[in-house]
Amino acid sequence: MKSWRELPLPEVLVIRGGRVLDPASGLDDVADVVVEEGVIRRVGPDAGEGYARRAGEEGGRIRVLDARGLVVTPGLIDMHVHLREPGQDYKEDIASGTRAAACGGFTAVAAMPNTQPVIDTLPLVEFVRTQAERHGAARVYPIGAVTKGSQGQELAPIGEMAEGGATAFSDDGHPVATAELMRLALLYAGQFGRVVIDHCEEKSLTQGGSMHRGRVSTLLGLHGMPSTGEDIAVARNLMLAEETGNRLHIAHLSTGRSLELVRQAKARGVQVTCEVTPHHLVLTDESLEQHRYDTNYKMSPPLRPAEDVEALRRGLADGTIDCIATDHAPHHADDKEVPFPEAAFGIVGLETALGLVLTHLVQPGVLSLSQAIAALSLAPARILGVPGGTLAEGAPGDITVIDPAALWTVDPSQFASRGRNTPFGGLRLTGRAVHTVVGGRLVMENGELNI
Amino acid sequence: MWHRKDLLGLEGLTRPELETILDRAERLKDILAQPEKKRTTLRGRSVLTLFFEASTRTRTSFEMAGKFLSADLTSISPSTSSAQKGETLLDTARNLEAMGFDLVVMRHQFSGAPQFLAERLAAHVINAGDGLHEHPTQGLLDMMTIREKKGRLDGLQVAIIGDIAHSRVARSDLWGLRAMGAQVRLAGPATMLPDDLSAFGVDTFTRPEEALEGADVVMMLRVQLERQQRGLFPTPHEYSRFWGLTPERLRLAKPDALVMHPGPLNRGLEIPTEVADGDQSVILEQVTNGVAVRMACLTLLLGVDDK
Repeated sequence: MKSWRELPLPEVLVIRGGRVLDPASGLDDVADVVVEEGVIRRVGPDAGEGYARRAGEEGGRIRVLDARGLVVTPGLIDMHVHLREPGQDYKEDIASGTRAAACGGFTAVAAMPNTQPVIDTLPLVEFVRTQAERHGAARVYPIGAVTKGSQGQELAPIGEMAEGGATAFSDDGHPVATAELMRLALLYAGQFGRVVIDHCEEKSLTQGGSMHRGRVSTLLGLHGMPSTGEDIAVARNLMLAEETGNRLHIAHLSTGRSLELVRQAKARGVQVTCEVTPHHLVLTDESLEQHRYDTNYKMSPPLRPAEDVEALRRGLADGTIDCIATDHAPHHADDKEVPFPEAAFGIVGLETALGLVLTHLVQPGVLSLSQAIAALSLAPARILGVPGGTLAEGAPGDITVIDPAALWTVDPSQFASRGRNTPFGGLRLTGRAVHTVVGGRLVMENGELNI
Repeated sequence: MWHRKDLLGLEGLTRPELETILDRAERLKDILAQPEKKRTTLRGRSVLTLFFEASTRTRTSFEMAGKFLSADLTSISPSTSSAQKGETLLDTARNLEAMGFDLVVMRHQFSGAPQFLAERLAAHVINAGDGLHEHPTQGLLDMMTIREKKGRLDGLQVAIIGDIAHSRVARSDLWGLRAMGAQVRLAGPATMLPDDLSAFGVDTFTRPEEALEGADVVMMLRVQLERQQRGLFPTPHEYSRFWGLTPERLRLAKPDALVMHPGPLNRGLEIPTEVADGDQSVILEQVTNGVAVRMACLTLLLGVDDK
């Protein structure tokens, strides 16, 4: 499959008359965005007027997109996805996963290393980068494993992987079990300027569990995963980040208690950031009372009670939670159409994230549109230390154009992702990406992939 | 009074539905007293017992129920089934569908597995115990036994004692008894009480004495010895000392309180022999009623009159 780099690069791309939102500069106004040779050149009212006039005369060299009524934002970045390549391409691969990203308005994703084999050496990081360069419809930032094979025994060659383009390190899915190894990982990755991302889970408390432990798990007779299973690991990691002075990023925070711990740590100056998934902001464990044993509601961390969801929404609004990431976890039907305790954890997220955030957080006023966009672009760019996340002059021409009024229905059969595992099938949402621009190239145009 | 395709649990069943089953079970129990225990009620109907988890009592009980009513019975158990060969439950379901069974009785170690099968089969499904979730025919036979002995369920105080968290029997008893107007109290070690039980409108205690006080029925649950390895209780001796139904403890209940147990018994652990075999014990009546209840469920689900 083609890469976004093989798409035609307009000499000049002008996105005219949209509401331009750039959280980095605070810009929120009707303006034009001018991209030259794949790089953002000018943003301002009528900045593209001259180009637009000449577009007719100069053939295909100048592309003009009419963005009136639309919202123009920095390209969205999802810092937590599972692309399943190498090794599990029956679930997803880099080509299909990045196409799902582009459809969802994401211009870049950070790929978790829990593939087969685990991305734990330089050649494997290079493999992911190469595949992305050949077949990617969006940028891919590889995340390297913290420990060899994510086995939690010995550190992986973090330095070499960092040099080879790994933007962060994580044993996602196999949380670093011992405190000592986590301490070492923070110190070691820190010296290379890299953040450690931890899926915080104290396994002795969650072993065998398949949903949040509480009233609904008791009702369904399912082994539970208590909130403390997350909170204890978060507390431990925060203390280690504080002691080492190194950067920690907490993946998919899901409980109010963990949020409170992060809030306190941030107040003390601990270098911690955290993310939340759209599904943890929208669904509660009571979904499983209604959709009994529906494996599309099985994920880790599990869906939590309403109090937690409320707390997470507040935490996102007040900035305690830095960003929104999907934990896009595509699975084949074979992994999901089994009894609930046997089913794989996780749901796909790339193609529903923006619609869910706009419909369930921005529309009811939980977040401003600008906050939502910052959480989906600027914040992850800063956490990963990658370019993008802004429409500043000189930034890469990664842009998402959103129709905030588009009414649509989630139809998993139409996903670009190979994964159909979503609890949101049939849901009516308002707002979606219509154009996705990567490096100045129109990867998605009017809601259709060009690639 | 019966419109359900499957019997997956007692949760959500209405009082009239429960009474329909119990009344029919009482009528069908007569068969067990006849010298010739055979009716043609289910002639030509194919029933499969599909047990992914070991069971003697429940399976035999279903098979006897089927045989007394002339159903064609087939059995598959894990040791002989393709589950050992890695066949998925989905494929198993499709194969059963292709064979055209009318009704499948299923036991599985995973909660929700019978629902999984029921959603994919035209055949009726009876849950014969799934994970920690429910064991509806056990709940029904318990209710039948209590109603037979006490003449009613309404207003009775039922104490269920033991490993509540891991008991599908406790859950089915809880739903069924409450729907029939009985009050349920649960007691067990704190390590064996599930979360948020109060949300289901029952009183829970860690000391059995509190649950036993004035109870009309005492239901003892079997202790799974593997729970000890998981650290849920330290030793069998300590368990029996604090939670076993000693004669002294039993005296806290009403003098005519029934002593029940779903079996198999751990004599001397949760229940001493003198209580298990004592005057108040109805443990073997439970077993008899199990056959009657299962005959009722088979005929109701298959839409056959019990005459």
